[in-house]
Amino acid sequence: MTTKQKGNGASRRQFLTGAAAAGAGAVAAAAAKASGPDPLITEMQDWASSTGAGVDATPYGMPIQFESDVVRRNVEWLTADTISSINFTPIHALDGTITPQGCAFERHHSGAIELRKEDYRLMINGLVDQELVFTYNDLERFPRENRVYFCECAANTGMEWAGAQLNGAQFTHGMIHNMEYSGVSLRTLLNEAGVKPEGKWVYVEGADASSNGRSIPLEKALDDCLVAFKANGEALRMEHGYPTRLVVPGWEGNMWVKWLRRIEVTEVAVESREETSKYTDTLANGISRKWTWEMDAKSVVTSPSPQAPIKHGPGPLVITGLAWSGRGAITGVDVTLDGGKNWQKARLAAPGQSKALTRFYLDIEWNGEEMFLQSRARDETGYVQPTKNQLREVRGLNSIYHNNGIQTWWVKANGEAENVEIS
Amino acid sequence: AAPMGKIGLGRPALPEEVAAWNHDILPDGTGLPDGEGDVWTGEEVFADNCAVCHGDFAEGVDNWPKLAGGMNTLNREDPLKTVGSYWPYLSTAFDYVRRSMPFGAAQTMSDDDVYAIVAYILFSNDLVDEDFVLSKDTFFDVEMPNADGFIIDDRAETELGLFSAEPCMENCKESVEITMRAAVLDVTPDHGGDD
Repeated sequence: MTTKQKGNGASRRQFLTGAAAAGAGAVAAAAAKASGPDPLITEMQDWASSTGAGVDATPYGMPIQFESDVVRRNVEWLTADTISSINFTPIHALDGTITPQGCAFERHHSGAIELRKEDYRLMINGLVDQELVFTYNDLERFPRENRVYFCECAANTGMEWAGAQLNGAQFTHGMIHNMEYSGVSLRTLLNEAGVKPEGKWVYVEGADASSNGRSIPLEKALDDCLVAFKANGEALRMEHGYPTRLVVPGWEGNMWVKWLRRIEVTEVAVESREETSKYTDTLANGISRKWTWEMDAKSVVTSPSPQAPIKHGPGPLVITGLAWSGRGAITGVDVTLDGGKNWQKARLAAPGQSKALTRFYLDIEWNGEEMFLQSRARDETGYVQPTKNQLREVRGLNSIYHNNGIQTWWVKANGEAENVEIS
Repeated sequence: AAPMGKIGLGRPALPEEVAAWNHDILPDGTGLPDGEGDVWTGEEVFADNCAVCHGDFAEGVDNWPKLAGGMNTLNREDPLKTVGSYWPYLSTAFDYVRRSMPFGAAQTMSDDDVYAIVAYILFSNDLVDEDFVLSKDTFFDVEMPNADGFIIDDRAETELGLFSAEPCMENCKESVEITMRAAVLDVTPDHGGDD
């Protein structure tokens, strides 16, 4: 970025002076009077006089420099290396429901590969009338659909099974993104090959070294799965599967195979590494659940939260967060300020969409006292998001995956927030 | 699937193409290639290609996956899940090693080498003797200890009803005490990202 900013030093100094004055005022009262004229208003600012960047400065733009903390973060100790690893969406700083692709989380098992459209091939084989090979251009000629869905890693919040560990919504709940996908329904592609009656499953795998092969029951494959090539209006990012990925609405992110290269119709599940060794959930008695595909109803307050403390003092406060369910639409979110003694209904920014993120708000008058903030989602099946302890009573502590328990933020009198567990 | 009109895109896949990409091996052994490998060959191949991450005895180096050990730990506090203690099917081990290992140089091993590596992993888990030779013919002589350790997702029976009760809205509990704090554990990377 080489945008010129003339007189930057002077205006920056004025800005900081002004900000400090406003901050001091807010502590005194919600509607404080100005102690004097604000130089940001009374003094002419550079941007009101000189010119900004030209339209040729940025053919493809990045966020403004002041938003440099709104980025993906990784946690080094979680994995042995950064190639088969995870990073986290900065959900604490986002609003609405659409995740900007550039900061949407990544999970790779052999790194993000670079696969040109020209080199891309998609094969359908196995129990079909005609095994087929498609080029990328072929895929763009099929009738297309547009749908918004969340993709949540099965391990999202997994580090929190044994208790409060990571201090921030980005780290506890950020293995998720929500995009508008454009692509072809998997049903359309399978129809082109013609599924034989004995076909009961599809095995899907990627072009990368890990392959990430997973078995999906044919019923789901013919229901709402998409082979997507656009997300949020543009081509998929390399790290999200360019040029195509599978979209498996409501189901654990591992099944959203990236760089999708092959769809095999089979009679039985392959029981691949990613559905035996991994993505199986061990219960307290040592028996493990397999094929735990759906992501259950879940929510989190994104602000205030440990990375988004209250800086404005008492008075009007926007509490906001995200809710989602892999079993349908969110129908309501309750929020508590006192650790679950009393709950109130939050306002949904828009009616919940099936298997997509839903934004909620609760506008309160904060009295400056500590709070134990929690949110509790409900979906259209009637399922109510459980507490972590309710989940632990059923599953124990070793499930690793599918932790959709209620999150608590301890908001202190100084406005800072911390990830805690409470009785 | 209900019959729909076909659009007529794509072209027939050739047998060589399907053979090049279709490597999966099913739990019943479907897809297993010809070839064989014994434990001692496996030890050499493993030492050359695998031990730098997984250890000389498949016990794992640093944070890299342990492939052996952990028998009877699945119901304990920190279960050790390995090929021996956890994996239900041997087919998965062969499939995964052949398809995706070694990490960084996947699909470079011969089928005989893969058989030998898997034989060595089994030996490291005390599941076969040192003179064992793994092949199509001996594949099912191996008993995987946790073969019966899995159930199909039962949340519909065990959880969905339990968690679908009308929730409490007022005066739901007497007191709230902090039982655990992330800041005390202090394992979160520094905030920011602009420095």
